[in-house]
Amino acid sequence: MSKNVVEVVGVCRTYKSARGEEVHALENVSLTVSEGEFVSIIGSSGCGKTTLLRLVAGLDKPQSGTCSLNGAPIVAPSPKSGYVFQQQSLFPWLTVEGNIASGLKARGVYKQYKDEVPKYISLVGLDGFEHSYPHQISGGMAQRAAIARSLINRPSVLLLDEPMGALDSFTRAGLQDKLLEIWRANGTTMILVTHDIDEAIYLSDKIVIMTPRPGKVSEVLEVKFPHPRHRGGAEFLGLRRVILEKLNLASAQPQPEYRI
Amino acid sequence: MTIRELSDVKFGFTVIFTPLGFGLALVASLVIPTPDAVINDTAYQVILAGLMLLYLATGALAWFRPNRREQFAKCAPFRFVMGLVLLAWDLLGTKYGALPMPFFPGPSKITWVFVEERAFLFTNMLYSLRLYFCGFVSGVVAGVGTGIIIGWFRPANYWIMPALKMTGVIPAVAWMPFALTVFPTSFMAGCFLVSMCAWFPIGFQTARGMQTTQKVYFEVAQTIGGGRLYALFHVALPNALPSIFTGISTANGLAFTTLVMTEMMGARGGLGYYINWAKAWSSYYKVYAAIIIMAVLFSLIMKIISVIQARALVWQKGLTSNVEERG
Repeated sequence: MSKNVVEVVGVCRTYKSARGEEVHALENVSLTVSEGEFVSIIGSSGCGKTTLLRLVAGLDKPQSGTCSLNGAPIVAPSPKSGYVFQQQSLFPWLTVEGNIASGLKARGVYKQYKDEVPKYISLVGLDGFEHSYPHQISGGMAQRAAIARSLINRPSVLLLDEPMGALDSFTRAGLQDKLLEIWRANGTTMILVTHDIDEAIYLSDKIVIMTPRPGKVSEVLEVKFPHPRHRGGAEFLGLRRVILEKLNLASAQPQPEYRI
Repeated sequence: MTIRELSDVKFGFTVIFTPLGFGLALVASLVIPTPDAVINDTAYQVILAGLMLLYLATGALAWFRPNRREQFAKCAPFRFVMGLVLLAWDLLGTKYGALPMPFFPGPSKITWVFVEERAFLFTNMLYSLRLYFCGFVSGVVAGVGTGIIIGWFRPANYWIMPALKMTGVIPAVAWMPFALTVFPTSFMAGCFLVSMCAWFPIGFQTARGMQTTQKVYFEVAQTIGGGRLYALFHVALPNALPSIFTGISTANGLAFTTLVMTEMMGARGGLGYYINWAKAWSSYYKVYAAIIIMAVLFSLIMKIISVIQARALVWQKGLTSNVEERG
């Protein structure tokens, strides 16, 4: 039995909205992720999935409940949990190589591990782009560089906040395969936040479905069939149908009225 | 047809055309006698010959480097007309005395000052350079330092920023009476004023540049294991660099003004002092000579700063139109 890397127990997080109303971003959310697992968190926007990921990263604190990484409570961001942001987050003043090395430099261990930098550049397939600046490369390449920057610190878990959200579908498919390749090569535990059902099925061992207002986990599905997964295969489409039903998206039906 | 592929014949024509204006001016200066025996044409003629040689040399260089041809050809009409302007000025000022004296001397009279008073001019130039260097460098250091404090610590932003804004709008020379009394030497007073005028725009821009850092960069710094110092020196400060350079360019212009004004008022050396001294003797041609030196010197300083800026902001190339592609 593999050990749990991430444990979230009974977490609540509320915000004050701009109008002064209390927004329950997360209500009594629990989640465990074991070592080497690929977990996707899926749900419509506003269901608190990014909030949950930020709690695990230590970028935010819960009002109640606990989050722990390798058994120790999470109190602040640490290189043990790598985070890949949704938007472009490479430092524009550093080259691809400089950005990836910044992971080591920030910890003050660059001299010891500088041989790692070219390895991680190759791992994410950016050979030949070492000396390019972020605005000179494509969005998909920038996200791969951001992944390498986090991975170079050998995190216990890599947290991915819709890293493919801003990419076109071809680039997205390429990056998904890259992610699987890295996952297999490094065995890093991954938590991916997404609103793309296909992406979740294609990549994960476990899919966590969240529902909004208040944000909570409604279901956890295991994805048993092996990689490589065929996006048009019967098992794939079957699971897709199940998830669509869970998310109430399976057929046209009157949507609840939202106040805007 | 692209301009890039200038044919040899066409380019050969521009190589001759470029120094032709200066050539005509040189011929006129040599052939037409100068009525005023006091005026020495030699320096002016040497300069014209030097310009001709310079442009012939760059033309020859461009002949072998076709990628430079376009640039050279682009400058040709301007350089030609420059020669004609000098020719006209020389005819009117030196040869026929058509301009009102002593306010509009000819080019010969002005350029001879560079020979006649070279030692004194050179000393004064060094004075100005010393004052500029000491004042501006200390202003940059003080400005960036203040900017970092304001940009990084919230209470400092609350307490110091308004003071910076209030004192910043005052022209530095307004402090002159105070500076001249407080500081033991006029050099130190000048230094203080030049550094004061540089301090405000640089401090303000540094703080603003740091405060506009996107939150995500700080979060990245945290998740990759960087502490407060890493966030300051590897995130906020690099992010502020473009705006620090904006501040430095603004400050540079102000520093030239302040420099010359302080030299005119209190100093015992410097180009501003020289201008005042020449004016007292009604030697307006010497005033022009000092002005020409200033133009060259200050352009050079600005060029050096823009080279440093292009180097430091190389990562912005193609990202914004901030950085000039060529000098």
